[in-house]
Amino acid sequence: MAKTNTALRPAAGVRPAGTILDVKDLKVEFRTDSGKVAAVNEVSFTLNAGEIVGIVGESGSGKSQILMSLMGLLAKNGAASGSVKLRGQEILGMKDDALDKLRGASMSMIFQDPMTSLNPFLRVSTQLTEVLVKHRNMGKSEAMQRSIEMLDAVSIPDAAKRIRLYPHEFSGGMRQRVMISMALLCQPAILFADEPTTALDVTVQAQILDLMKDLAADLGTSVVLVTHDLGVVASLCDRVIVLYGGRIMESGPAEILFEDPKHPYTRGLLASTPRLDEQTHGELHTIPGQPPAVATAALGCPFEPRCEYREDRCKTVRPIIQDNGTRTLACHVVSL
Amino acid sequence: MTVQPLLKIEDLKVHFPMKRRSLFGGERRWVKALDGVSFELAPGETLGIVGESGCGKSTLCRAVLRLVEPTGGRTVWLGKDFSELDGEELRLERRNMQIIFQDPLASLDPRMTVRQIIERPLLNFPNRENAEERRRQVGDLMELVGLNKAWMDRYPHEFSGGQCQRIGIARALILKPKLLVCDEPVSALDVSVQAQIINLLMKLQQQLGLSYLFISHNLSVVRHISHRVMVLYLGKVMEIAERDDFYRRPLHPYSQALISAVPLPDPKLERAKPRMRLQGDLPSPLNPPSGCPFRTRCPRATDICAAEMPPLRDFGAGHVAACHHIEA
Repeated sequence: MAKTNTALRPAAGVRPAGTILDVKDLKVEFRTDSGKVAAVNEVSFTLNAGEIVGIVGESGSGKSQILMSLMGLLAKNGAASGSVKLRGQEILGMKDDALDKLRGASMSMIFQDPMTSLNPFLRVSTQLTEVLVKHRNMGKSEAMQRSIEMLDAVSIPDAAKRIRLYPHEFSGGMRQRVMISMALLCQPAILFADEPTTALDVTVQAQILDLMKDLAADLGTSVVLVTHDLGVVASLCDRVIVLYGGRIMESGPAEILFEDPKHPYTRGLLASTPRLDEQTHGELHTIPGQPPAVATAALGCPFEPRCEYREDRCKTVRPIIQDNGTRTLACHVVSL
Repeated sequence: MTVQPLLKIEDLKVHFPMKRRSLFGGERRWVKALDGVSFELAPGETLGIVGESGCGKSTLCRAVLRLVEPTGGRTVWLGKDFSELDGEELRLERRNMQIIFQDPLASLDPRMTVRQIIERPLLNFPNRENAEERRRQVGDLMELVGLNKAWMDRYPHEFSGGQCQRIGIARALILKPKLLVCDEPVSALDVSVQAQIINLLMKLQQQLGLSYLFISHNLSVVRHISHRVMVLYLGKVMEIAERDDFYRRPLHPYSQALISAVPLPDPKLERAKPRMRLQGDLPSPLNPPSGCPFRTRCPRATDICAAEMPPLRDFGAGHVAACHHIEA
């Protein structure tokens, strides 16, 4: 659907193949009045060139905080530790001015609500060209030309005229397109997307998902998508990470994981989602209780209090992460 | 033999006036939030109402309860003309229809205890029970909706989202209504909690014989919970059908597009499934297209669609749709 300008395509070989982002033992902690709270614990994953990785989780699972820590955007009371390497370069704990050179240029982010992430006082043209002037040292008119091409690439009709408008003059779906075009202006290696379609209607969501898929393929951009919607993950992602209580429960290629979910939490989630393509009868499967508001400092598995297969050791001993080369699983009871 | 419908809506219209452009400026303009909606709801039935934001779903809820006054049309409630009721009569009749909302915490007063919240509707009506009896009723209801009645004297902020929605449901049920209007009741909840509330609503329907108007943008949830489904677009009914019929054989191009747009939690099916993508967004309700409101995004639109609004036609078994291009 998206007609990506061929001029935007990187020449073959520009992007190094292999791992672009390597996250190891990421931990995100927040200082609160009642002591330190760890929102994310021992999260490790890699992102390959051109790959779309989905992080699924419910509210409070820490999924957004992973992205925020990678972008260096944690709240003041937050701190990340561990290691995050972008093309081999350690970016965790980098100074803001060094990080500024990467943000927008090598990695960029789109958010759930496109209205609150665009400046309502500035024309779209100002907000788009600023990115190129700052990161690419372009002149105003060249930046303008490039921005119009980019709006065109995300299928905004009549881009040359629409670029003069203010954010409120766009509909929700169009605003999200503007956000995506802004994020991709400098052809970043990685796009972080935090619930990019949650605020949109399904028909518009389908357009945006198509667009992201096409752009990732055409520009070779790697995407980390955070969402609570299993359908969105299934339609867009190559690999999936299932997060609960700030820890990875299970991860693997989307196709395998959806066909044969191993972790009791993933299984429970899939079973409790009503299906559009088949009639579900009677009671839906439920997971008792509710997700923890903040990651618990439990010794064992964070899902233990709600798990129907729990054993005594689940409460006291943290499951070691099983890894068979294609997928990982953190569970005492089920094995890969 | 047909059962008398609990609720019969005929040609319901809600038009909101716009600000005049200038002091002398021309004709007053109207936003037609609902424009000629008709449907029936049987006792014990769930009618799912779907459509994109701005299609009039929530206005419909409010107009049925007369929380906004309809501009035109009739609401027949148990054989009586509900739209004619006034003042005290209206207030007393409304006992039988209650509403639950999307944001569970925002719809509860933070300064009232759960007991005060749930029993509050009782105080509005004559023959109110004494405090002891009210307390007993609140306790019973809390157990019915799956809350521990020992928590009666706690405040809403001490509860999770799913529990707050249960409190909202208990409050709606204390007057023993016949109709429960559910305005996106599970949209704000986490997936694992959503299923609990859906199960609760279905159990309550069976136990108490409730009818639901169930509004949701989530077509999978609607498929699970509804008996019939109604599709709205820019204030007009596009299609009404029995649940299974609707999902197997959606007739209206808009319904087909809606169903096709929902991503399935299965990568293989997702890749294989035929795609139908709508272009653009919902047109502004301020300035809706002539004729069929959907024609600007419809893949099958022709000249006749711009000229006249297609009437709802019956395609058998109560499956009605409004489109010029459906073969009978």
